[in-house]
Amino acid sequence: MSVLMRSRKNVPTGFRKILYFHWPLALLLTAVSSAGFLMLFSVSGGIFSQWAEPQMMRFGIGFIAMILIGFTPISVWRNLSVPAYVFGLALLIFVEYFGASSKGAQRWIDLGFMKLQPSELMKISLVMVIALYYDWLDEERVSKLLWLMPPLLLTALPMALVLAQPDLGTAILLAGGSGVVMLLAGVSLWYFGGALASIGALVWAVIWSKGTEFQLLKDYQYRRIETYLDPSSDPLGSGYNITQSKIALGSGGYSGRGFMEGTQSRLNFLPEKQTDFIFTTLAEEFGFVGGITLLILYVLIVVCCFVSAVQNPNRYASLLTLGVAATFFFYFSVNMLMVMGLAPVVGVPLPLVSYGGSAMLVLLGAFGLVQSAHIHRPR
Amino acid sequence: MSKSQKKRLGRRALLLGGVQLGVTGLLGWRMHQLGVVQGDQFRLLAEENRINIRLDPPARGLIYDRNGNTVAQNRQAYTIEMVREQANDPEAVLRRLAQLIPLSEDQILDALAEMERRQAFVPVTVTTGLEWEHIAAVSANAPSLPGVTPRLGLYRNYPVGSDFAHIVGYVGPVSDYDLSQREDKDPLLLIPRFQIGKNGIESKADKTLRGKAGLKRIEVNSVGRVMRELKGEASTTGGDLQLTIEPEVQRYALERMEGVSAATVVLDVNNGDVMAMASAPTFDPNKFVDGISSTDWNELLNNEYRPLANKAVQGLYSPASTFKMVVALTALGLGVVNDREEVNCPGYKIINGRRFHCWRRGGHGNVNMREALRYSCDVYFYEMALRVGIDEISKTGRQFSLGIKPDLPLPAIRKGLMPTKAWKLAKRKQQWFDGDTANAGIGQGDVLTSPLQLATMTARLATGLQIEPRLLNMFDNKLSPVKEARSMGLNPQFLSLVQAGMYDVSNHPRGTAYSSRLQTDDKIAGKTGTSQVRAITKAERDSGVIKNKDLPWNRRDHALFVAYAPFDNPRYAISVIVEHGGGGSTVAAPIARDIMTKALSLGQSNYGPLPNQKRSQSQTPKRTRT
Repeated sequence: MSVLMRSRKNVPTGFRKILYFHWPLALLLTAVSSAGFLMLFSVSGGIFSQWAEPQMMRFGIGFIAMILIGFTPISVWRNLSVPAYVFGLALLIFVEYFGASSKGAQRWIDLGFMKLQPSELMKISLVMVIALYYDWLDEERVSKLLWLMPPLLLTALPMALVLAQPDLGTAILLAGGSGVVMLLAGVSLWYFGGALASIGALVWAVIWSKGTEFQLLKDYQYRRIETYLDPSSDPLGSGYNITQSKIALGSGGYSGRGFMEGTQSRLNFLPEKQTDFIFTTLAEEFGFVGGITLLILYVLIVVCCFVSAVQNPNRYASLLTLGVAATFFFYFSVNMLMVMGLAPVVGVPLPLVSYGGSAMLVLLGAFGLVQSAHIHRPR
Repeated sequence: MSKSQKKRLGRRALLLGGVQLGVTGLLGWRMHQLGVVQGDQFRLLAEENRINIRLDPPARGLIYDRNGNTVAQNRQAYTIEMVREQANDPEAVLRRLAQLIPLSEDQILDALAEMERRQAFVPVTVTTGLEWEHIAAVSANAPSLPGVTPRLGLYRNYPVGSDFAHIVGYVGPVSDYDLSQREDKDPLLLIPRFQIGKNGIESKADKTLRGKAGLKRIEVNSVGRVMRELKGEASTTGGDLQLTIEPEVQRYALERMEGVSAATVVLDVNNGDVMAMASAPTFDPNKFVDGISSTDWNELLNNEYRPLANKAVQGLYSPASTFKMVVALTALGLGVVNDREEVNCPGYKIINGRRFHCWRRGGHGNVNMREALRYSCDVYFYEMALRVGIDEISKTGRQFSLGIKPDLPLPAIRKGLMPTKAWKLAKRKQQWFDGDTANAGIGQGDVLTSPLQLATMTARLATGLQIEPRLLNMFDNKLSPVKEARSMGLNPQFLSLVQAGMYDVSNHPRGTAYSSRLQTDDKIAGKTGTSQVRAITKAERDSGVIKNKDLPWNRRDHALFVAYAPFDNPRYAISVIVEHGGGGSTVAAPIARDIMTKALSLGQSNYGPLPNQKRSQSQTPKRTRT
């Protein structure tokens, strides 16, 4: 009780909160997003209104949302964890039946002014609810098998719905996000060893089941896996994306061709140049130097979150911050691994840079939670 | 959060951070690998992706006449191109277009078919060779003609039109048939509607005139659409040619032969330069440039005067009496006759029981060689032919270029025929008869020659030199040297005797072409010929040979005349043949006299200077948008 009393006293209130706002983090987020505006402008061939302008407007809305969320006490968000999860789950079920479809996957709800992807929202809600669970759970029970079931179930439900869309990338990100929170909460490492072994077995089963009537994945997903294993096997077919992506990336060289000088994306050799493959354009135009700079900015964002989380005595806030940071890390690492040919093409955007409203808003909202945790941490 | 929880979270965060650091390291390493280590290789692949090589067609070489006038040039003209994806309804657009510019139904259907074949964004040529007025009309109506683009390009044009049609020939769009007929692997030929030589020198010297393709480097996007042009390799303009043809003589010859089916060749006897080579009637080669319409084509094809054939080298005729000089020289050379020996001509000669008639029913009485040439006595030459035999006659004929394919850059040149006993046995499986020899002796029967060969023969008779016809003074921008003509090794006395006979033909009051002597101080030496194209039966001969004017055109005799002038100092040799024209002396000789007069009136036949080489060098056709 005394701990809570003391912490209450030291939490800033009113407009004083702005002094405790994590400004370096906000600055880094703005820097990365600005790189995104530049790349969207370049990819559109200099048509500002095509992608860059809407993206900037979303960033503006998201940034305001981040501040508002950040100014709201973290306890409010803690209490909203379960409703957020339920709401996210409801939306996922809703899109399964009423969502708009694109390229064979049901992914969004058209709200008129924007297309909402519930799966994006779910990534954060899931982290929130798992963090809440482990904040609530007694220390001794953390590694008990029975008490492991609720978080697994909480993760499995949205994963199943997302896989049904089907969206493998988001499913992986969901599992990764909740897995990281469980790891941080102190679940025995044996479980994780066991989980990794099971995933290995599952992968084996997936590959083994191909062509049989028990086939576990869709054909296109198999093709993506095959492409990953040997992109040159079908350079103009399913391997086209990754081959062209590597060509564009590599052709940038050390310092790149220069802004707006990229040839591959402008000439449409690159698929989904404004979304999942935008990093290739950045690497083509700004080269190795540009790519590494973006990577460093991303890592700094994650580092900011880590430092903030470790300093935060509030277990929920700490877990949530790290969970958001880990999800963010998953975002950009999976995307970069994918476009550089180190992972299968699973459809994960480059956070804050790829064109897309839902991801931008949800990510900035999530960093609003991080800000809230940072501002309202007991001192 | 308890102390132990906090400690554990810190440891786990460290573990997670470590793993993330590892992944970050992997990402950085991979970026370095792709961008820096293998960067050059990927840059190359990226270039291959975006650069497309296209051919830049060269400007075709020009053709000049003797005076340096251009007879085949490249003119800038407009082409209408159409892009299917920009025209919502291509057919409707084409119909509207047809109201503004000359566009046939065939062209519309062709364009529609080609657009269907190609990708939607590829421009397809609808029509070419348009004038500025048409383009102005199209531009003014641009809003109702979506996808229609006028383009400026180079097109072949023959400014003097029909005058040089048979020599220069014409170009036309390359066809699948053309491609199947040649080994040529020039990628230019694969350009749709690329113009290649189809006839005449345009066809024979096509490779030289064509030039070499340049390369355009074009940046394309992933579906092949052109984004911009990069620096490429310029094309090499085709080589220029200069003809030996004197345009005024050429034009005059065609004018003089208007209305008849005829051919003439005028040679410079000193170097073999072809001063004129005309075949009448002629045609307009400009009609072929963009593909001739079927109406025009059929008209040319069905004309019984065969306007498309270059009769000067492709037409073969019995030389008739113009062959008699060859027979005379053979006999003299073999010593079977001398200049004084007379042969009696009663109007016919009986050979193996068959009567061979002289053209003059009453006969010429006793004639020596000079008189026999002067009067063109057939009986004298029957006798001479029988004395020397066919093989010797043909041998001399070949010495005079007869029966040998002339080496000129023209298509479908025919070599004619100098018959021999062996030839008849091989070809007809028949023995050679004395009657055959007698017929050959007066240039009938199996003997076949072209007007060019007859002109060459005459030039050699005039000089005693092995004159070879020469049609090009410049080839591929380089002057062609005049070959020093070797002596034929004829006995000068024999040659003089024959020349004297030819002199008499035109200048002796009883010569067969006396009425066609020159009206100037110059003297012409010639020989008439009338080539029968039908057998005259005994019945007809008894009842009187039917007059030419009473016969249908294609059964009438060919009229021939060969000559050279001036007699003392020969400059030009000429041969004229008028198909089914009637008598050589009445029809062919006057034409020859007039053309010769024209040629001699021009004075020195030096080459004129070529126009400055400043001309449309391999211009890249510019695109203009409506």
